Amino acid sequence: MIDQSHYNFAFLDENSKREIRRSLLKAVAIPGYQVPFGSRELPIGRGWGTGGIQITLSVIGRQDVLKVIDQGSDDSVNAVNIKKLVTACTGVKVTTDSEEATLIQTRHRIPETPLRQDQILILQVPTPEPLRVVEPRESVTKRMHAEAEYSPMWLTLYEDLIRCGRIGISSEYPVSVEGRYVMNPSPIPRYDTPKLNDSDALYLFGAGREKKIYAVPPYTAVIPLAFEDVPFEAEDFAGKRCRLCGAEHVYLDELTDSMTGRRVYECSDTGYCAKRRAEAAGEKRISAGSTESERETGGSVSAGASGEEMAR
Amino acid sequence: MKKEEERPVLKVEGLTVRYGKGCPHCLEGGALLKNTCPQCRTVWACRAVDAELYPGEILGVVGESGSGKSTLMKSLYFDFPVTEGRAWLTSYKEGGADIFHQNLQQKKYIRNHIMGMVYQNPVLGLRMDYSSAGNIAEKLIAAGGRSFSSMTGRVRELLAAVEILETRMKEPPRYFSGGMQQRVQISKALANNPAVLLLDEVTTGLDLSVQARVLDLIRRIRQEYGISILLVSHDLAVIRMLADRTIVMLDGQVIERGLTDQILDDPQHPYTQQLVHSLL
Repeated sequence: MIDQSHYNFAFLDENSKREIRRSLLKAVAIPGYQVPFGSRELPIGRGWGTGGIQITLSVIGRQDVLKVIDQGSDDSVNAVNIKKLVTACTGVKVTTDSEEATLIQTRHRIPETPLRQDQILILQVPTPEPLRVVEPRESVTKRMHAEAEYSPMWLTLYEDLIRCGRIGISSEYPVSVEGRYVMNPSPIPRYDTPKLNDSDALYLFGAGREKKIYAVPPYTAVIPLAFEDVPFEAEDFAGKRCRLCGAEHVYLDELTDSMTGRRVYECSDTGYCAKRRAEAAGEKRISAGSTESERETGGSVSAGASGEEMAR
Repeated sequence: MKKEEERPVLKVEGLTVRYGKGCPHCLEGGALLKNTCPQCRTVWACRAVDAELYPGEILGVVGESGSGKSTLMKSLYFDFPVTEGRAWLTSYKEGGADIFHQNLQQKKYIRNHIMGMVYQNPVLGLRMDYSSAGNIAEKLIAAGGRSFSSMTGRVRELLAAVEILETRMKEPPRYFSGGMQQRVQISKALANNPAVLLLDEVTTGLDLSVQARVLDLIRRIRQEYGISILLVSHDLAVIRMLADRTIVMLDGQVIERGLTDQILDDPQHPYTQQLVHSLL
C-alpha cells in the first residue's frame, strides 16, 4: 500500500495540474482544437494512457467517484492499474457503475449508459491528429487545420468508396466538430461516434505521448464525415444479443465458443452487462413465485441464463 | 487569335520572383550574370514579367532550362510566392482584384475553381498511390464536392474525355504509362471547368506517338471547352503546333513576344534567332 503522505493529492504537483487545467479550459473553449501541453512523467509508460491519467489527476476532487474502463472492461490490466494509481494518491471511491461515476476514464469505448451533465468522460488517445493518416508532417497538419483544408481526409473516404464500395474505417472515424475542426474521436468504434454529438456530458481527450489535449463540450455538434449520398454507418448488431445478459442494441464483442466453435456475443461494456445481470437476478428473486411463462412474457432475464436461452 | 477589343482572361504585370535580398545594383535593374546578380548572388528567377492571355487563346512560353518558364507558371498557381507583381483573372471578382494579394482561402478558391495545372512531372500533380478516380475527385472535393455519385459521374466523364477506359479508374496512376499519367493530370485540371489551364512541359519525356496524342487532346480540349491555355515548352515544334501567340524568356525575363508564326519565322532578338535556327 502506498503511503499517501509521500505524494501530493492526485500525484501531480499543483502547478502541473494547473497548467493542464488551463490547457483543458482552452480545449473546451475551442472544441476539437488540439491544445499542446507539457505532458508529465508518470509511473506508467507513455502510450499506456498517460494523457487520460494526467487529465483525470488534474480534474479529480475528493468527492468524485471514478470509473476506469479499457475497451469496455472494468477489469483489464490497464484499467485496474490506473484505478490503483488514482485511488492510491487520492483516496477517491471507484465504481464499475457508469451512472454512479462522476469521472470516467476510458480507452476505446464510451459506456452504453447515456452520460449526464454532471459527468466527465476522459478518453485516452494514442494519435490525436486525425490528419496523420494523410500527412506525416506536424507543421503541415497544423497549417491544414488552420486553413480548414480537409480535402485529403475526404479523399481517403472517397478512395475507400471507389475501391471497396464502403468506408472501411472501423475506429477513430474522423468527425467534424461544430463545423470547424476535424477531430479524431480516439479509437472508439464507429458505434460510439454518434454519442459525442450533442451530448450532455463533457468529453476530454488526452494524448500523453503526443502531448495534446482536446475537448468536446456538452451540446456540441460532432458529425462524422460522410458524403451527402453515402451516410455514415455504425456497426450493425441486428439480430444479435449478449449471451450473458441478453442485451440487444448495444456494442457486442464477438467471441468463439471453444467448446462448440459457435460465434457468440457479449456486451463490450462489462459494467453495463454486470448491472443488467444483477438487476435481472434481483427481479428473479422478487418474482420467484411466478410461473416460467410469466417471467418470459414479463421480459425479465435470468442471471446466468444465455441470450439464446432467454430468446427461447 | 488576339482580339484587341477583348479583355484578357489573365493579365500579369511585373511578376518578379527573387531568391535573395538583392543589392542596389540588381534592385535598380543592373545587368545580371545569367539570372544571378554578380554582386550579391541574388537569383532572379523571374524579373518583371508581363503577359496577357485572351479568351480561348493558347499562349506559348518558350525558353531554355532555367529561363523562368516553370517559375512563372508555378507562381501563377501559387506554388511559389511572388516577390513583386500583380495579376488579374476576369473570372475572379470580374478582374478587379490582384490575385497575388489575396488571403489563403481566396487563393485556394482560385486554384480549385478558376485554374487548372498540369505539371511536367506527374508526381507533382498526382497522388501515385490513390486511384485515378480519387486523383480527379480530389479537385472536386477541394472545390466543395460532397456528393459521391455526382463526383464519380464527373470523373467518368473526364476520363472518357481523355480516352482512359472507365475500367481503369480504380487503378493508381503509378501503374500507368507517362502519357496516361499526363492525361489523368489533364482530366484532373479540367475537373472544375477552369477558365485558365496552365500546362507546364506536358509532353516532355514522352515518346513521339504519345506526344502526338497529348497534343491532339490539348487541341481538342481548347476547341470543346473554349478554355484559355498558358503552355510552357522548350519544344518549338509543340509551340508552333498549338500556340497562337508566344513569349520568349531568357534569364527570367521576357525578351520577345508576338504571334507564334512571327516569332518562329522572323525572330528579332538574337537569342530567339539562335533558338529558332538551332532547332529548325
